Amino acid sequence: MSFFKFLKPKEKRPQKSDPVKFSKSNCQDRGILVFEHTSEVIRAESFLKKAAKINGGMIRVMGPPPEIRTGCDLVIEFPLIEKLSVLRTLLAADIEPLEIIPVTSSLLLPVNLFQTQDFDQYLMVRAANMKITVEKDTLIIVNISGGGCPDVPYLAQEMVGYHLTEAPLPRDIGHTLCGYALQLAYEEITHQCLL
Amino acid sequence: MLAIVGTVPDQEFPLTAGEITLKNRKIYIGERNFPVNRGTPALMAAAIKAGDYLGSKNIYGFLAGDIGRGNGSRTLYEYLSNNLSGFDFSSIVFHYLQPDVDWHNRVMFAVCEMKKRPVLIADAGFMYAAKMSGQAKEYDLFTPDVGELAFLADEKAPHPFYTRGFILKQENRTEELIARAYKHDNAARYLLVKGRSDYVADQQGIIAKIDKPVDAAMEVIGGTGDSLTGILSALVSSKIVIDKAAIIAAQVNRLAGHFAVPTPATKITEIIRYIPKALNQTMKGKKEL
Repeated sequence: MSFFKFLKPKEKRPQKSDPVKFSKSNCQDRGILVFEHTSEVIRAESFLKKAAKINGGMIRVMGPPPEIRTGCDLVIEFPLIEKLSVLRTLLAADIEPLEIIPVTSSLLLPVNLFQTQDFDQYLMVRAANMKITVEKDTLIIVNISGGGCPDVPYLAQEMVGYHLTEAPLPRDIGHTLCGYALQLAYEEITHQCLL
Repeated sequence: MLAIVGTVPDQEFPLTAGEITLKNRKIYIGERNFPVNRGTPALMAAAIKAGDYLGSKNIYGFLAGDIGRGNGSRTLYEYLSNNLSGFDFSSIVFHYLQPDVDWHNRVMFAVCEMKKRPVLIADAGFMYAAKMSGQAKEYDLFTPDVGELAFLADEKAPHPFYTRGFILKQENRTEELIARAYKHDNAARYLLVKGRSDYVADQQGIIAKIDKPVDAAMEVIGGTGDSLTGILSALVSSKIVIDKAAIIAAQVNRLAGHFAVPTPATKITEIIRYIPKALNQTMKGKKEL
């Protein structure tokens, strides 16, 4: 569920039946998928990215625009022209978005900066407010810190002490934006340690 | 009396309120207990250890289980909204709750109905909700880390996950971020910024920078921010003025970490045990307080 709806003006929410509002911006060819929970966004992203490798489409996880008053605090932006293909992929994975609507205003861009710190035996990667640290020799996750949502202590409890490739993934057991940020940090540290 | 509000990562843990104690690395509340790992139990354990040293032993806790789905947090928000006005606390620390602006505002209404307004400290998810509610100035102290300070400084970000890049890149310019947070009314009366160097600040700027002893590993150890907020809340509860309490808390937390000879794999419980020793050493030179 969204926690910053109060910021959003009480405008009429675009309906599926509304005509697409074309503007001078280049967003008129984009749509967004709205989901109830962050965990559904993460699952949908995973399936759509796999499918995108096949058909060449581009999707991005973004923050919802102000007029969206349902769903969670992440949406998936996709090329509207690929709506049917996207829907087919999601239905095959048993994922159903709350809404599919055209983009009519700017979207919040998630953090895309990673900071890496080398502690000799250990490596830490930070994404937004989340940090993950592994022991380089063993690739065991030794600490998770930062964040403020209640799944952070839960994720730390479930992941610390496990090998990078054996730990449960934040995208599978996390529920919040902090969980999603940890997933990004996890992917980055995995990329740095295993590739 | 100090009150601490937060969650534990166990969805079966019911809403529980009562005085808290620490025994065998577990927090006891009512008939229940929870191991001290990180998060709110770590904050509670640090506050108890510091409170024991300072002679202010009674601490009240409000806990509910939540693994990120928000249900435990909502139960807690609802309980506080309905019951907080009947309590008498000198200070309240709000910690790991699912950020929810509507519920945050209801809790603030309940705080306003208390006979005597307590010192209000917000950290973690509740601090996110406090900033987004536009009521940051109602709080006496926020305790962000450097990433969260960037979020407070970004007047448009609804969560640290959406902090804009040009602000994130200023993380080494703490003073500018603090000024920006105050400029947009997104900071409490005081800020204690946790990081490689800790900063205590108010609207006029940085009051103190605390950067000794230096143990770089402290930054990556889960729970060091929680222990710092716990020490701070015990100091504030023992009537030390907020800015001085924040400075002492930063010194004590760093010293406790130093005594533990930390590595990036150190657990927070190894640091919390040194809080009385660190407090003793730090307070020796501050008798005038």
